[in-house]
Amino acid sequence: MLNNLDSFLLKETISSVFILVGVAFMLIATIGLLRFPDFYIRMSAITKGSTLGLGLILAGLGIYFDHPAMLLKVVAIISFTFMTAPVAAHVLSRTAVQNKIPFWNKTNLTDFQSYLKKEHRSEKKVDEERAK
Amino acid sequence: MNLFSVTLIIAIGTLSICLVLTAIRFAIGPTLPDRISAFDLFVANVIGIIAIYTELTGNADFIDVAIILSLFGFLGSISFAYFLMKRIR
Repeated sequence: MLNNLDSFLLKETISSVFILVGVAFMLIATIGLLRFPDFYIRMSAITKGSTLGLGLILAGLGIYFDHPAMLLKVVAIISFTFMTAPVAAHVLSRTAVQNKIPFWNKTNLTDFQSYLKKEHRSEKKVDEERAK
Repeated sequence: MNLFSVTLIIAIGTLSICLVLTAIRFAIGPTLPDRISAFDLFVANVIGIIAIYTELTGNADFIDVAIILSLFGFLGSISFAYFLMKRIR
C-alpha cells in the first residue's frame, strides 16, 4: 500500500517538473516571437522553443498516465512534431526570402549574397518567361 | 485540490498568456509570413493546453484531438507557404 502511494507521488512529481519546464520553454518562445526584430530571427526562436516545449509537455503526460496505448499516442505526436516543424520553418523562410522580406540591418549578409542573388534572379527569370 | 492540480492550473494559465501574446503578434505582424509563423505557434500552444487538460481531467480520450490538431497545423502552415510561393509567380 505504502509502496503504491509512493510510486504515484513520484509519477506526479516527475510529470509536474517536465510540464513546468516545457511551459517555460513555450513562454520563452512566445516572448521571442513578440520581441525579436526580424522575421527570420523570430522564425528560429519559435521553431526551436515550441518544438522542445511541446516535447517536454507531452513527455510529462506520458509519464503520468503510464499506459502503453497512451505512450504510443504521445510518441506519435512527438515524432510527428519533430519531423514536421523544421520542414515547415524551412519552407516558410525560403518563401520569405523569395518574397524579399527585409532582413534586420545588423544581420551579417556577406556570405549570403550569392544565395540571395540566385533566388532573386530565378524569380526575375520566371517573370520574364511570364511576360513573353 | 492538491499541489499537482495547482501546478497544472498554473501551467494552463501560463499557456493562456502565451496565446494572448501570440495573438498580439498576429495582429501587428507587418507581413504575411509573420502571421503564418504566429499561427504555427498558436497551434503548438493549443496542443499543449489540450495535453495539460487531459492530464487534469484524467480522461485519455482528449489526446486524439491533439494528434489531429498537430496534423492540421502542419498542413495549414505548408499550404499557406505554397499559396505565397504561387502568388509571386
